[in-house]
Amino acid sequence: MNYWPLLGVAIVVAGFAWRLNPALVVVTAGIASGLLAGLAVPDLLALLGRSFVSNRTLLVIVLTLPTIGLLERAGLRERAHAWILGLRRLTFARLLIAYLGLRQIVSMFGLTNVAGHAQTVRPLLAPMAEAAAGKIDPALDDVELERIKALAAATDNVGLFFGEDVFIAFGAVLLIQAFFSQHGIEMDPRSIAIWALPTAIAAFVIHALRIVWFQRGIGKRSSIEKCGQGRPPLDSSDPESIAQETSDAAH
Amino acid sequence: MLRIEYVYWLCGALFLATGAFDLASRRYASAAFWAILSACFFGGDAIEAAAAAGNALPAQLCGIGVIALALIAGSGALKRRTSSDDDLPQRRASAERLGNRLFLPALAIPFVTLALVLVLPYLKQANLDVFDTRQTTLVVLGVACVIAALAAMALTRATPLAAFREGSRLLDALSWAALLPMLLATLGAVFAKTGVGDAVAQIVSAAIPTQSRDACVLAYGLGMALFTIIMGNAFAAFPVITAGVGLPLLIGQHHGHAAVVGALGMLCGYCGTLLTPMAANFNIVPVALLELRDPNAVIRAQWPTAVVLFATNLLLLDWLAFR
Repeated sequence: MNYWPLLGVAIVVAGFAWRLNPALVVVTAGIASGLLAGLAVPDLLALLGRSFVSNRTLLVIVLTLPTIGLLERAGLRERAHAWILGLRRLTFARLLIAYLGLRQIVSMFGLTNVAGHAQTVRPLLAPMAEAAAGKIDPALDDVELERIKALAAATDNVGLFFGEDVFIAFGAVLLIQAFFSQHGIEMDPRSIAIWALPTAIAAFVIHALRIVWFQRGIGKRSSIEKCGQGRPPLDSSDPESIAQETSDAAH
Repeated sequence: MLRIEYVYWLCGALFLATGAFDLASRRYASAAFWAILSACFFGGDAIEAAAAAGNALPAQLCGIGVIALALIAGSGALKRRTSSDDDLPQRRASAERLGNRLFLPALAIPFVTLALVLVLPYLKQANLDVFDTRQTTLVVLGVACVIAALAAMALTRATPLAAFREGSRLLDALSWAALLPMLLATLGAVFAKTGVGDAVAQIVSAAIPTQSRDACVLAYGLGMALFTIIMGNAFAAFPVITAGVGLPLLIGQHHGHAAVVGALGMLCGYCGTLLTPMAANFNIVPVALLELRDPNAVIRAQWPTAVVLFATNLLLLDWLAFR
């Protein structure tokens, strides 16, 4: 067996570790891996081009951008913010947990494209989460706002991943079925999808608990401040995010 | 019939418009970047058809285009456009005036998609092939996006040109991150072709004590998660690790229930997806969309969920597969 193409993996790991431009790292790794496997340059170019083109589906999501852009220009995010402020009983945790549950259920029916980072997180969920967190502590700083937005995106991911696998016509289930069928084991897609259900429930419980935990952190900080003890030390991710800020400026 | 290619052409038109706007504002690197991508979308059909007919030249040209895209992205010449708060007073006033009607076009994307998906079986029954049978949900999503854009234009009294300009503004904010999912999928194809997966499976299966069932469960779960972290995609990891570890050891030697092994193995991979910058569309694109400073902010927000859930998956696998 030729182990040399594994160097492509090493290039990816090193490139991400050194924070080089990911697009350049990925293409370099592909070329290196192809050449080390002994592919001729014309074949490698054709492989790159054909694979790239056959994955166009991944960019269809950009078609949501004109709508989102127009609505943002007309104040969509400001409206989402104001709407949440008007709902007094809708707390930060309730908002995100409701979104998590909805995203899981909708994905279970195969409707994975209904929500997403471009469609719902940027224009709706992120400003709503910011507004809901602002109800607990109106004086949130940039670092905390960033963590809130990141948690909104993470909640979308968790909801999508651990919902879609329960849907029988979803690619993952069909892939598992096709794989076993190739190896002489026949099974019904439903029998695969059903075993994803315990994990789906566990994912909901674990992530919901984390959201509640996160909300407590917001509340605590705000109450400490009110007692006049000043801000608690910022969390461990800060020095890096500050370092990132400076490296971003250098880009 | 609405073919999936029309959806790709519409994407191509948006990229071309972005390139044109960039050219007008003298951002030449960005203009070249979007123009090349646009060509890949308009020519995609022809490239695939030519490759299937044995003519590799268009695919090779596209390969050169991919390298050019990566070089432009890596040169640092793409300036990411950040959203400004200059027009905040106008946005606030407009939000006040339009109120909750602003939500309608945004919600039109999910609800029109949903409605069309629900209507689809009836159209099929009536033998009306309105939508392409390949990639039907994507065609439906494309239609929903067009309808939503029209609704947004009507609501905000904007011209189609303004819609393209706003879309381009967001694309320029995403910059190369928009392209990353496609590049990573391409890398996955190259890795598969060059046998990277088989080499990894070989190493993993050589490293475990096969008599111990728990060791095999751990090796399979970790193998799925780690290989997903490398590939950025659990689908790429599944056939490799299951053929290398799951099938011979868990199912063959220890008589595990195949459906359970498959389902939970895939879900172990999903935990890996939550942890890797290689899963760009989930972990890097939102960083760009939300304009976060820390490139790993989303991974940082989800790693505890991923780790606890991974442990849960291993326990479930150990318990459910060997009842």
